[in-house]
Amino acid sequence: MVDARPDDDAAALERLAAWCLRLSPMTAADPPDGVWMDVTGCAHLHGGERSMLDLLLEHLGNQGFAGRAAAADTPGAAHAVARHGGEQVLVVPSGTHVDAMALLPVASLRIGPDIADGLRRLGFDLVGQLATTARGPLARRFGDGLLLRLDQALGRVHEPIQPVMPPEVVSVRRTFVEPLSTAEAFATVIPVLVGEACAVLERRGQGARRLDLVYERVDATIQVIQVGTARPVRDVRHLGRLLDERIEDVDPGPGVEAMRLVLPLVEPLSYAQPATDLAGDRTGEADLSELVDRLTNRLGPGKVYRLQPVESDVPERSQTPCPRCPPATIERRLHDPRDGHVPSGCWSGRSRCRRWR
Amino acid sequence: MFSIRSYPGGPGCQSLRPTRPSSRACARASPRSNDAGSRPSRAAALPFGLEAIDGRLPWRGLPLGAVHELHAAGPDVEVGAAPALFAAGVLARRPGPVVWIGQRRGVFVHGLLQAGLEHGRIVFVDAGKAVLLAMEEALRHPEVAGVVCELEGRLDLVASRRLQLAAEGSDVLGLLIRRSRRFDDPALRQPSAAVTRWRVGTLSSPPPLAHAPDLSGLHRPVWRLDLSRCRGGEPASWTVESCDAQGRLAMAAVLADRQAASARPRALAG
Repeated sequence: MVDARPDDDAAALERLAAWCLRLSPMTAADPPDGVWMDVTGCAHLHGGERSMLDLLLEHLGNQGFAGRAAAADTPGAAHAVARHGGEQVLVVPSGTHVDAMALLPVASLRIGPDIADGLRRLGFDLVGQLATTARGPLARRFGDGLLLRLDQALGRVHEPIQPVMPPEVVSVRRTFVEPLSTAEAFATVIPVLVGEACAVLERRGQGARRLDLVYERVDATIQVIQVGTARPVRDVRHLGRLLDERIEDVDPGPGVEAMRLVLPLVEPLSYAQPATDLAGDRTGEADLSELVDRLTNRLGPGKVYRLQPVESDVPERSQTPCPRCPPATIERRLHDPRDGHVPSGCWSGRSRCRRWR
Repeated sequence: MFSIRSYPGGPGCQSLRPTRPSSRACARASPRSNDAGSRPSRAAALPFGLEAIDGRLPWRGLPLGAVHELHAAGPDVEVGAAPALFAAGVLARRPGPVVWIGQRRGVFVHGLLQAGLEHGRIVFVDAGKAVLLAMEEALRHPEVAGVVCELEGRLDLVASRRLQLAAEGSDVLGLLIRRSRRFDDPALRQPSAAVTRWRVGTLSSPPPLAHAPDLSGLHRPVWRLDLSRCRGGEPASWTVESCDAQGRLAMAAVLADRQAASARPRALAG
């Protein structure tokens, strides 16, 4: 038994809608349990609507989601057919959604349960019965909401969907006339990719925190080199050097036919005036982030750190590593016996000072 | 252990010998001193503040932009505690961040505080077998005040020359603590391209209380400091008191000059 967490569910649904962007450029979450996709002009890329929906359910199944999919002319019809159509994958041919809706129960119209009960009490079981009856009495009894949903499902009223904004990931790709396999060739391509990505970052006022360099090999396998930075960077030389140093980790195999640089994590980076010798004394903090990036990328995470003193009577526990901590005040110094105070009995729990002089 | 990468300019392009410092450059304590508008001079040095030591060094102090080797004496060669404190004391007298490179985590920051090196200035690097590579990277970074590297085992001439060239390009003070599991390891006696080589050995410190001469070990530690190699200078050795909380050494009081023993009976001492 797990407590329901509606906020988490809604967030997961948003993520799922964003994931569906790979099939269509326009998707929207349909809380609590649905995702809308506008597949106009996209279905033929996946071999038709039917195979597209099969593909979608297969991918969702691989991720552990069970689902039902339907395609129809209007969002309302697709919503109803998917939930009440009785099949896992159902494609309503274009122009027949009115017929398809006619045999569905009235509850499929996205109306509240009280309205559905009221309709059933009046003898309306199917949407088809509702569509052919007079609209005036229905509107008087149940309000405009029922007729709006009916019109939306039947396509009499346009229903816009609020698409999720696709996360704009900076991605730069270069394909080659002939497969590359030497380190020198990769080192030539990397500054081009990095320069292009940095130009995009500069327009947006952002800096990269993580870079994925994807080597696409001729044999349809990819190799990904990931590097990270301690703070947002859009310095072509620095980023290029980080990627250059990892070239030796790449196995080109039969050859690399394309390279793609993806920046999955970017953060805002504003302009700062660099310190110059003209200003007299250098006031700013020394910037070690470049060095830290390079050492971290070469040695692995957790190998570059600062040590922070913590309160403990056990010397081994009196310091703790922190990856990027601000320098803290010093809480503890070793006792200098010449001060006259020598702690005695430290380990018995109570510290007593003895005065020598 | 040490990657072969092309070095800008090539290893042969720069002279291995440091330029002899001019007297004006010697007078400047640090390249980041208040000498506004001037570029750091390569011949700048960090003086010890002790005429007995500075006078024997051709640069009147530890030259910046160079690599210095620090050795331990006796059984301390396995740990290198005294050279580490010596390095901390040297860097405590220079502002700026410090990179401390070791094979694995083994530094006690409270100990470094004794010599005045605050933990907030230090970035520690556990480099495993790539200590030399990490040191070269750090030496090339011009914003670093100093780099301390704990190296166990041998250091060949090519590697030490690379380190020295990296340091010359950026005015960083490189301190290489040489350690070994073996006593009197011949690998530590081999020549290297470092500018100076120091041996820091511990001596028993004088009794802290004049009236209790048999109570030892509580006074400020005393080191025997040997300058065993020095480019352009001669070897020398001194007996010094270890670094104080500002990282300054002091000449040890000669035994004859010490305070006369008090006539107070020992029973009152405790």
